[in-house]
Amino acid sequence: MPFHSHTLPNGLTLIGEPSPAARSAAVGFFVRTGSRDERPEESGVSHFLEHMMFKGTPRRTALDVNLDFDRIGASYNAYTSEENTVYYAAVLPEYLPKAVDILADILRPSLRTDDFDTEKQVILEEIGMYDDQPGWAASDHARKLFYGAHPLGNSVLGSKESVSALTRDGMHAYFGRRYSPTNIVVSAAGHYDWDRLVRLVTEACGHWERGEAGRGSRTEWAGQGGLHVLTRDKAKVQQEYVMFLAGGPPADSRLRYAADTLALALGDDSGSRLYWALVDPGLADSADSSYYENDGAGCAYTSFSCEPERAEGNLAIVRKVLAEVQRDGITADELQTAKSKIASRVVRGSERPMGRMQAIAAAWAYTGEYRDVDTELANFEAVSLAEVRAYLDRYPIDRSTVVAFGPLESLAGVAGKPA
Amino acid sequence: MPPRRPLGRPGPERAVVGQQVYQHTLGNGLVLLAERMEHVRSAAINFLVPAGAAYDPPGRLGAATVLADLMTRGAGTRDSRQLALALDNLGVDRDESVGAVNMRFWGSTLARNVPPALDLFADVLRRPHLPEDELEPVQALALQDIQSLEDSPQQKVMVELRRRYYPPPLNQDRRGVAEHIEALAIDDVRGQYQRLFRPNGTILSVAGNVEWEPLKAQVERLFGDWPVGADLGVSPEPHAAKSEHLHKDTQQTQIALAYPAAAIGSPDYYPARAAASVLSGGMGSRLFTEVREKRGLCYSVSAWHETFKDRGSMLAYAGTRAERAQETLDVTVGELRRLREGVTDDEIDRVKAGLKSSLIMQEESTSARAGAIATDWYYLGRVRSFDEVQAAIDALTPAAVLGYLDRYPVRGLTLVTLGPAPLTMPE
Repeated sequence: MPFHSHTLPNGLTLIGEPSPAARSAAVGFFVRTGSRDERPEESGVSHFLEHMMFKGTPRRTALDVNLDFDRIGASYNAYTSEENTVYYAAVLPEYLPKAVDILADILRPSLRTDDFDTEKQVILEEIGMYDDQPGWAASDHARKLFYGAHPLGNSVLGSKESVSALTRDGMHAYFGRRYSPTNIVVSAAGHYDWDRLVRLVTEACGHWERGEAGRGSRTEWAGQGGLHVLTRDKAKVQQEYVMFLAGGPPADSRLRYAADTLALALGDDSGSRLYWALVDPGLADSADSSYYENDGAGCAYTSFSCEPERAEGNLAIVRKVLAEVQRDGITADELQTAKSKIASRVVRGSERPMGRMQAIAAAWAYTGEYRDVDTELANFEAVSLAEVRAYLDRYPIDRSTVVAFGPLESLAGVAGKPA
Repeated sequence: MPPRRPLGRPGPERAVVGQQVYQHTLGNGLVLLAERMEHVRSAAINFLVPAGAAYDPPGRLGAATVLADLMTRGAGTRDSRQLALALDNLGVDRDESVGAVNMRFWGSTLARNVPPALDLFADVLRRPHLPEDELEPVQALALQDIQSLEDSPQQKVMVELRRRYYPPPLNQDRRGVAEHIEALAIDDVRGQYQRLFRPNGTILSVAGNVEWEPLKAQVERLFGDWPVGADLGVSPEPHAAKSEHLHKDTQQTQIALAYPAAAIGSPDYYPARAAASVLSGGMGSRLFTEVREKRGLCYSVSAWHETFKDRGSMLAYAGTRAERAQETLDVTVGELRRLREGVTDDEIDRVKAGLKSSLIMQEESTSARAGAIATDWYYLGRVRSFDEVQAAIDALTPAAVLGYLDRYPVRGLTLVTLGPAPLTMPE
């Protein structure tokens, strides 16, 4: 695939992987900001701001933004994580100029006070919605307990109290600090012409004022350890959710491929060690292990959910599996099976422009390099047992911070705290 | 042998790659469909078998779910672990899901791995071991599935709505009933398999970078000698839909609504889809604008059209904090009813743009196309061509939608709520 990159004088970078065989084009604005970049009094502002970006500009009301996207039949949305805020649209090729026009426009929002007040209610609803879903609430608590004072423990949603206390001017200050063109990458994939895209983005964004946006602590993190039991009333949660978090390689480490591969062998939803140990025998309704690449501090995340009375037995099983893998690694057969699965997923994930647009943007944002599909496949294919060993030695997966969330009032001798 | 049927998409300006759809019916009735997509490296495999939750016998609700899980625990010459390993080594991501009418077996992998993957799927469908010693863990998982629903109020309210809105047995949820699942014996599950799994009524679709002739020959080899079984239909019983409030001490109240609409196959089908899109197609649609954008009443509000062969329905959902739930319901129902007062040209243009986009983008996904051609065949007995769907979208007008709404006004609303307090249906 051809790959292009270009940086405007104000620091905005464009990257692109055109694919003439595609039926659509996808374009996204990746802003390198999220909850980890918030000050304590700003908790929740990244995500609230992401909502406010759709609320209008000097050229468009909030309704205009939505109508203009709908008129071109765009699949569009945005999301906020601990470290990235992403605005994107997939459209038929003829509508790409319009999609760029709308996205570029909304990235310089008016942040009108009456819109701010209305949207705050929507955010408070979103917080309530997630709080009613114990699986989600559990992982939010787990992150916080694992990361402690590290900024990656900051909640994306924030709390009812922190969001209620946010002001329009405070949001504007955060916007000014984080949405500098030097902190944004525009990514495009699918059916489009690169030179034309560069012209469109230059016209729409070339006047954005240059600024510098850094990032605070990027230190690696091994977690604070221990078993933490959080108890919620049985009327509000049925299953027990148990999570194991350990440090992992940062996104720009070569070991990330070994971490991803090991997580699949350990906890994929079919044929993995944890599947056979917990799900196949019906001891847990789900078990999963994933590697999360983060800027500076990755994380190996293992979890299961089950009937509360089985939690203690399952906890012991998972600890045993983690200790065995830590001691002996995985087998050559397991490595090969994991690679087969990854190859299939990488290829399938790349077949839609939306998938490629996100993949090249993530790689670029974290490492400043472009990886085409075949390079990514080769990187996974090259993972050896020795590399898996090196990963485990550096980031022991059995040295976890364990968090249980559910109706249990105590687990393995640890008394629960109210959640 | 039925002729090869490439459904062309003429005009170089429209088609980068022409649409190539093929169909073949085996002597025993199994229908094979394929769409060749030369621009991709993957392929998706999709089986629809008329063995969904509606076929669960009285007193054994949940049997289909138990059967689907048990079928993958050993088949042909492989035990449970060997089967999983064989599929994993082919990079097959897969899922068995139990719908109201059909059980679906889905797999997706690199196109070159389709032939060996189909060999394995044939074992699962035709030669499952259904081992007795695996029944207990499968039952335990099914019971946890029921319990987990309590932790997902958004899903739960929709399950409870469908249970009260649709007639039996279409209202049977795949999760079933805990006491029934606990009481299942291995012979019940094996009996369900014997009764329901057969080639006639089964649809196999494959979409991706595959060759038609070798695929057809392989499917003949794998399924051609599968004996025909009895055709069992699903007959909905007389039924009166029932509204209800379910108490739960949550922050949000979940609101779910349903009322009758046109079914797929009806001339009113596309106008019904358009009506759903005017209400809830994009972020500029009426529900999102009135409920969320203008009033900030909720994070999530939507309406959509869903269909069985013989009946269509409009469903709507909103979730909001308890103290704002009544207003949310009032505004939502008000918008459903107000639709009849008029639909603008601009709204229809936006609906068309959205439908056309999703139609074309579907051709970038092998899973989406494998699913679409199979469901087309299930509902209509044929695969709709790109041109046919495009023409139906182009023909949409405000008048067509209003004509539809005259024939299907908002009537017989069923309301199910889940949360701290009941709500009142607005007059």
